Amino acid sequence: MGKFLGDAAVVSKKFVAESIFTLRVKIPQTRFTIEPGEFFEIKTSEEGNVFLRRPFSVSDVFDNEVEFMIDIVGRGTEILSEKKIGDKINILGPLGKGFDYRGDFDTAFIVSGGVGYAPFPLLFKKLRREGKKVVGIAGFATAEKIPRNLAEEFAVATDDGSRGFKGNAVEFARKKLAELRGEKNKIKGFACGPVPMLKAVRQFFQTEKIKAEISIESVMACGVGLCQGCAVERADKKGYWLVCKNGPVFDSSEVVL
Amino acid sequence: MNSVNTEVTLGKLHLRNPVILASGTAGYGEEISEFVDLSEIGAIITKSVSLEPRAGNPPVRITETASGMLNAIGLANIGLERFVKEKIPLLEKLNATIICNIAASSFEEYAVCVKELDSVKSISAFEINVSCPNVKDGGLLFGNDVNAVRRITAMLRPLTEKPLIVKLSPNTTTIADFAAAVKEEGGDAVSAINTLVGTAFDIYSRKPKIKNITGGLSGPAIKPIALAKVLEISRAVDIPVIGLGGISDWRDAVEFMIAGASAVQVGTANFINPKVSMEILEGVKTFCAKQGIENISELTASYEL
Repeated sequence: MGKFLGDAAVVSKKFVAESIFTLRVKIPQTRFTIEPGEFFEIKTSEEGNVFLRRPFSVSDVFDNEVEFMIDIVGRGTEILSEKKIGDKINILGPLGKGFDYRGDFDTAFIVSGGVGYAPFPLLFKKLRREGKKVVGIAGFATAEKIPRNLAEEFAVATDDGSRGFKGNAVEFARKKLAELRGEKNKIKGFACGPVPMLKAVRQFFQTEKIKAEISIESVMACGVGLCQGCAVERADKKGYWLVCKNGPVFDSSEVVL
Repeated sequence: MNSVNTEVTLGKLHLRNPVILASGTAGYGEEISEFVDLSEIGAIITKSVSLEPRAGNPPVRITETASGMLNAIGLANIGLERFVKEKIPLLEKLNATIICNIAASSFEEYAVCVKELDSVKSISAFEINVSCPNVKDGGLLFGNDVNAVRRITAMLRPLTEKPLIVKLSPNTTTIADFAAAVKEEGGDAVSAINTLVGTAFDIYSRKPKIKNITGGLSGPAIKPIALAKVLEISRAVDIPVIGLGGISDWRDAVEFMIAGASAVQVGTANFINPKVSMEILEGVKTFCAKQGIENISELTASYEL
């Protein structure tokens, strides 16, 4: 199905952690499919200093309502955090290529860093429907940053040890994987988070010989392949991929971070 | 409301209407055709094509600025051969009016490209990019040197019967001199303006926000400058001008035409609303109908100074 471009009404906004909120909007159009990992481009305001749209992964879908999980990092996200129920926001999507949750594996090993957790609630739904087992690791800077609605499949790590495992998501993932390995599962990795974390995760999956998909964040203008602004280096030395069109989800072996 | 004649003429180039998609903001038509009926828009100017493929610049390539953005894409494109083989047929199928933008890093490369592309019947005109600010191997020099622009126009003119449009740089002192040189050497029209060179820093890392250090500034931030340049050319040189620079809605398009433009290009605004060119076209038509203007072309250079 095609993309929606137009105004959507805010139906809920909830703060779920320090500076992190979920924003749910109702799209006045039925019968569309959104795959986990796909994103929308949101026009936060008509203000000149937030000129471009902002890309946000879809966090969950409920009929024709789409939910995003957003961390306040700048003016655009701050404006979104001030939206009230009934406010209209202009959105474009779904865009990009999402996660492949169907393939030949029985256990999904998910690693998220910070608000990189955003695309995973929808991924769970789909994984469960496919009958896959989900093992999740979610790393946060501190306990205050942990979303209250974090799925129970996720074990938590915090950098400062204020909750769960003390250390980063990748260190915790290494430990968790060792436990899993005893069980002879066919594992596929999924990850999303800030680039330095993804670099480490990519290395980790490679070392462990686990096929993995990672969702990459990028500065973006159009979100549909027009501006070519969101380049990420290809691993095959053939230039660049566009995060908006070829991604944002990539096989971890396809990109250089 | 009476119907409005939307046709415009720029030298040898006839367009069904004056709203054109700017090069580098509409790809090769494929992605934007999901939002815009290319058979209804004035024309699409394709992403700059060079003789050989170019990977483009390493990221970060873009950053937002007040009412605009900086970009240093670096003319990423698939190269002439694949352009003709893969992209032209698609544009033909979409019934688009195709203006092919050519970028090159030498005089010879421009000539080879025009020669090669001249035989492609569905290309309605060439737009020569002499002014990409983001490529280090010479692109900038052409656009800032009136003699180079003169030489390029003179060299390309005998190579094709198709209309030749030269896209001018605003990063220069007197843009009208460049337009005059294009006119004298037989160019059909000029596009004004390309992006302005700018930069932005991250105050914490003290590094430029884009890897290329500088980039091209576009968007509403540059509109008053672009309008002044269009007006300058319009008053000094008898050559059709295609106006661009920050056009975001139909009012902007009308304003550019009043300031001297025979047609307009919509660029950065496509990144925010990929349907905006259609909305602009409708808006200009409605404006003309309400104002009792029968031909859109009457707007051109209708300024009262």
